[in-house]
Amino acid sequence: MAFPYRLDAPELPDFSMLKRLARDQLIYLLEQLPGRKDLFIEADLMSPLDRIANVSILKQHEVDKLYKVENKPALSYSEQLCFLVRPRIKNMRYIANLVNADKLAGRTRKYKVIFSPQKVSLDPRRGDMKFYACEMVLEEEGIYGDVSCDEWAFSLLPLDVDLLSMELPEFFRDYFLEGDQRWINTVAQALHLLSTLYGPFPNCYGIGRCAKMSYDLWRKLEEEEDSETKGRRPEIGHIFLLDRDMDFVTALCSQVVYEGLVDDTFRIKCGSVDFGPEVTSSDKSLKVLLNAEDKVFSEIRNEHFSNVFGFLSQKARNLQAQYDRRRGMDIKQMKNFVSQELKGLKQEHRLLSLHIGACESIMKKKTKQDFQELIKTEHALLEGFNIRESTNYIEEHIDRQVSPIESLRLMCLLSITENGLNPKDYRSLKTQYLQSYGPEHLLTFSNLRRAGLLTEQAPGDTLTAVESKVSKLVTDKAADLRWNLAQISSPGKITDAFSSLAKRSNFRAISKKLNLIPRVDGEYDLKVPRDMAYIFSGAYVPLSCRIIEQVLERRSWQGLDEVVRLLNCSEFAFTDMAKEDKASSESLRLILVVFLGGCTFSEISALRFLGREKGYRFIFLTTAITNSARLMEAMSEVKA
Amino acid sequence: MGNEVLQNRVLDARIFHTEFGSGVAILTGAYRFTLSANVGDLKLRRMPEVPGLQSAPSCWTTLCHDRVPHILLAVGPDLYILDHATCSTVTPAGLAPGVSSFLQMAVSFTYRHLALFTDTGSIWMGTASLKEKLCEFNCNIRAPPKQMVWCSRPRSKERAVVVAWERRLMVVGNAPESIQFVLDEDSYLVPELDGVRIFSRTTHEFLHEVPVASEEIFKIASMAPGALLLEAQKEYEKESQKADEYLREIQELGQLTQAVQQCIEAAGHEHQPDMQKSLLRAASFGKCFLDRFPPDSFVHMCQDLRVLNAVRDYHIGIPLTYSQYKQLTIQVLLDRLVLRRLYPLAIQICEYLRLPEVQGVSRILAHWACYKVQQKDVSDEDVARAINQKLGDTPGVSYSDIAARAYGCGRTELAIKLLEYEPRSGEQVPLLLKMKRSKLALSKAIESGDTDLVFTVLLHLKNELNRGDFFMTLRNQPMALSLYRQFCKHQELDTLKDLYNQDDNHQELGSFHIRASYAAEERIEGRVAALQTAADAFYKAKNEFAAKATEDQMKLLRLQRRLQDELGGQFLDLPLHDTVTTLILGGHNKRAEQLARDFRIPDKRLWWLKLTALADLEDWEELEKFSKSKKSPIGYLPFVEICMKQHNKYEAKKYASRVGPEQKVKALLLVGDVAQAADVAIEHRNEAELSLVLSHCTGATDGATAEKIQRARAQAQKK
Repeated sequence: MAFPYRLDAPELPDFSMLKRLARDQLIYLLEQLPGRKDLFIEADLMSPLDRIANVSILKQHEVDKLYKVENKPALSYSEQLCFLVRPRIKNMRYIANLVNADKLAGRTRKYKVIFSPQKVSLDPRRGDMKFYACEMVLEEEGIYGDVSCDEWAFSLLPLDVDLLSMELPEFFRDYFLEGDQRWINTVAQALHLLSTLYGPFPNCYGIGRCAKMSYDLWRKLEEEEDSETKGRRPEIGHIFLLDRDMDFVTALCSQVVYEGLVDDTFRIKCGSVDFGPEVTSSDKSLKVLLNAEDKVFSEIRNEHFSNVFGFLSQKARNLQAQYDRRRGMDIKQMKNFVSQELKGLKQEHRLLSLHIGACESIMKKKTKQDFQELIKTEHALLEGFNIRESTNYIEEHIDRQVSPIESLRLMCLLSITENGLNPKDYRSLKTQYLQSYGPEHLLTFSNLRRAGLLTEQAPGDTLTAVESKVSKLVTDKAADLRWNLAQISSPGKITDAFSSLAKRSNFRAISKKLNLIPRVDGEYDLKVPRDMAYIFSGAYVPLSCRIIEQVLERRSWQGLDEVVRLLNCSEFAFTDMAKEDKASSESLRLILVVFLGGCTFSEISALRFLGREKGYRFIFLTTAITNSARLMEAMSEVKA
Repeated sequence: MGNEVLQNRVLDARIFHTEFGSGVAILTGAYRFTLSANVGDLKLRRMPEVPGLQSAPSCWTTLCHDRVPHILLAVGPDLYILDHATCSTVTPAGLAPGVSSFLQMAVSFTYRHLALFTDTGSIWMGTASLKEKLCEFNCNIRAPPKQMVWCSRPRSKERAVVVAWERRLMVVGNAPESIQFVLDEDSYLVPELDGVRIFSRTTHEFLHEVPVASEEIFKIASMAPGALLLEAQKEYEKESQKADEYLREIQELGQLTQAVQQCIEAAGHEHQPDMQKSLLRAASFGKCFLDRFPPDSFVHMCQDLRVLNAVRDYHIGIPLTYSQYKQLTIQVLLDRLVLRRLYPLAIQICEYLRLPEVQGVSRILAHWACYKVQQKDVSDEDVARAINQKLGDTPGVSYSDIAARAYGCGRTELAIKLLEYEPRSGEQVPLLLKMKRSKLALSKAIESGDTDLVFTVLLHLKNELNRGDFFMTLRNQPMALSLYRQFCKHQELDTLKDLYNQDDNHQELGSFHIRASYAAEERIEGRVAALQTAADAFYKAKNEFAAKATEDQMKLLRLQRRLQDELGGQFLDLPLHDTVTTLILGGHNKRAEQLARDFRIPDKRLWWLKLTALADLEDWEELEKFSKSKKSPIGYLPFVEICMKQHNKYEAKKYASRVGPEQKVKALLLVGDVAQAADVAIEHRNEAELSLVLSHCTGATDGATAEKIQRARAQAQKK
């Protein structure tokens, strides 16, 4: 059932090196503060840290107690405190309060702050100038001299053999909502690290403003560095950078592939999931790592959910058969069986029962919420029929207070697929939403509008006027990327119109152009998928994956001009091919896809499928794993 | 230099070199010693007093034991060693008796050996600890020598001391005889790594021990392999067959490799290019008869000699020996050339030796450029252009460093011009800030894509400009603006408000006050006031929807407050929907309806809301009454569903009959009436409904129903 890769599929590079690098660096940093110490960790960094260095490793390096950085005073009695945090002003405040409280109490301790993923690009020439917001805050708080600062350049966590995550869920909000470009540098550094370790990427493609900026910055880094890597043979033949805002639709759909569904239901965190008592059928929760090493999971992760149960029961039967072989064994065979196979079987048994439990739990939850209705509405939205009915469904969804996040997601899906809501619906849905879920969401709507996720259809005539104005602006200054950036996000009326225009999704037109809604003759056989649409029950080919497929096929954007224009990305789609082709054919079939702003498990499954079909192997680099709920939460304003 | 030195003046001083750098030892007028181990990092250390010292010592020097500098001094017949804490007397081992005073002392280049010249005319040579004697030589001259220095070669066993009087130079070693030279002029000796330099007004000579290789080759009648090879080559040039004989002789002894090595090495020690050439020619000749002789030593020697000959030229005047050159390394030699502004030669050497650009050519060009910017008589344009022409895009050249130098010389304009050539915009920023070109720095920082850099510049700007100008600058730099907004959100909320005000950004201003209404304000009056400000802002932003929504919220807040006062319980901050629900759950139906009217809650919502609340209360009677109050805008299926959710099949059935035809099957299935569902489905002739019912048929009980459906299907197909 699970489709094996073609025999000639290229080998994946070994990414565990990244983990070792990060671990060694962390240990080095910890040893810079010799003696026993307490470690304060920012909540967001806890799971990634656990994947790099578990508690026993930390203990080996004289870490006494671990604390979470939160808004509570810490009761630590250690003489040395070490903080592992993201470089954020909020965290600096926390540390400053702690240090100042100590000062008031007349305590002297040693404090060390380790920033991750980076403090500032290291450049000794800057010398004594304070180049960093966080250090500035420390100084303002009067504790700059009391703490020592360091950085842990940990930006790439290998979650699986083909999946690297930067574990920066905040990237999405910071960049796509707040316009904060701080992480672009981090992305560029991460790409630089990859190219240092695994050789240069001979073919580069990308689409999106952030993709372009990251790419340019990365190129600059490569040029500055002594080019020792240039002679290296590339291991990875292509790199594709893609902004999340190129395709919100895919990320907003309900996931029905097993791994995505598990993520939607239980939330996979840093490659592992907490299965509660309802799954483990005991009274304890269990933390389970989900990756290629889990033999059962690796076979069902990319499957449509409707196939999973059948597969699992088949598997259970096979397992039983293997157990049954015990009967009629003589002592010697039995001994062999116990020493060699039994352990593996038991392990498989355990995993199998876990996943069956998870499936049951998912089924229970989904039937409760009229999952079928929901999926039907989503498909209707994607295909663009029965819009009225769908709108009513969404309204009812809101009225019944089913779930604030879900309601919001459906509204956004409607808006994007329809190029914005018509003014009447826009008002009424928002009013209903505020009545159901609270008035503070007025701010949420303002966020969503800014990000282009939930907009109002612009009246026709003004649109054309603006369009001509804007296109003139664009042609005037098209050359300068940064100028455009400036214009787009700067305040003012024209630019406001510009941004609303720039964010027109044109989904319907793109869908037609790229044939995203497959024409179905008869039933779509989910057991033997024929295209990437299987991840959405055959209803929709994910846009992001389709773009990647098309570009790889052409080895450029040629012939996709219209699509690029509809994506409002004419200036941010790029191709860069190495002049001399040193890449082996093996490496040319390895493709690194970089999702800026997160990718979903469904997209990963779709591309894995594409890879199997075409003999490619995809490697995924994402700022974080995301799904519709995470996107919506990132945009929501919640009362503190 | 310390008070003591100031008061008592300096009588004498010695410079000495250790691995920590150059040190200086001072003898003051009070006959006390003060010393610093490193003049670069000046820390004076006062040495302990020498008991009974009333006049200057007859001679003294600095020693270095275990990396700690000491002072050795002679007072009459006694020798004292001073370290940081103590002063101790020492006696040289095996010194001939009768000494009443030491006239001169010399310590070797490596601090390992010491020589003493006594008033008896004897020269004692031994280890620096004075515990071991190497030899003693009596020269029979009692006049105090002008200078005495060691002359030895690294790794050589021979040790010798060179003693100089006015017109006489004597080389003394572990041998019964000494070598004497006559000095024609006043001369000065400088001990060096591998020999002694002798300077006079007109000459510059170098006295050193003959290296082994040279000795072997040039010794009279030497039969060493190198000597034979040199001879062989000479014969070969003469086209004599003797060449073959010599060669054979070496080869028979199996010493050809050694011969070649000797020639190469000897060439290094020669100063005359002709001699170097003939030795190298011999080596090259010998090499022809060897398989696999590694070429490196030969090639490197040729290169080194070429460099050495170039710097030894009298125009340049750096007469280094080969050993000294190797000790110094090429980098240091290049530095010295650069310091002497011999840029072209330095660059030629780099190119000749193919040094990597960053260490070689680029570095020298950068130095040149830094010198160039100091030429005040040349205009800014010309200097900048000249520098750019020479440097171009040479990797490793930092234009910002050169610009910093220009700025250091007070040429701000030139610095800015030079910065234009800097390809890494991030590099330009620190200097621009230093030069108070903050606005330019800001745009450069933004170009670099480094947010931290932008931020730093922002904070500089903020302190430098007045608020209005600062905001205006931000207006034109959206990336900086958004960064600064983020900062303000955490650090300076008021500034954020001012920022929005300045931009007439009423939309954001409204949002700002909304946030304040639930984050900053505690009292209900404060919150309402904040909302009012927000609403005003939204009106100005022409966002009527948001303004209306905000006004509604104000109304709701006031109302919730009143409800809370009158009815008790928690109402504040609930969404409208939940407020109404809470009222119904509390039995305040009238108030709930009033609220729904006041806020124009749509019918559909109200029905859903009531339905859920009444079912939660399990008030079935009220629910039924409600269902009959008028035609349900949401249909009756939700009634069935909610009753089933509360496991009340009896109530559910009541509503199932009222469900409209299109949802009837679903409703009947929900209440578990499969048979009737089947009838309805058959009546509808709806395939989807039929299969839905079929999927609900469980084997034992619904067998008949299932059959009925199959039959109906078959019939439908027949038609």
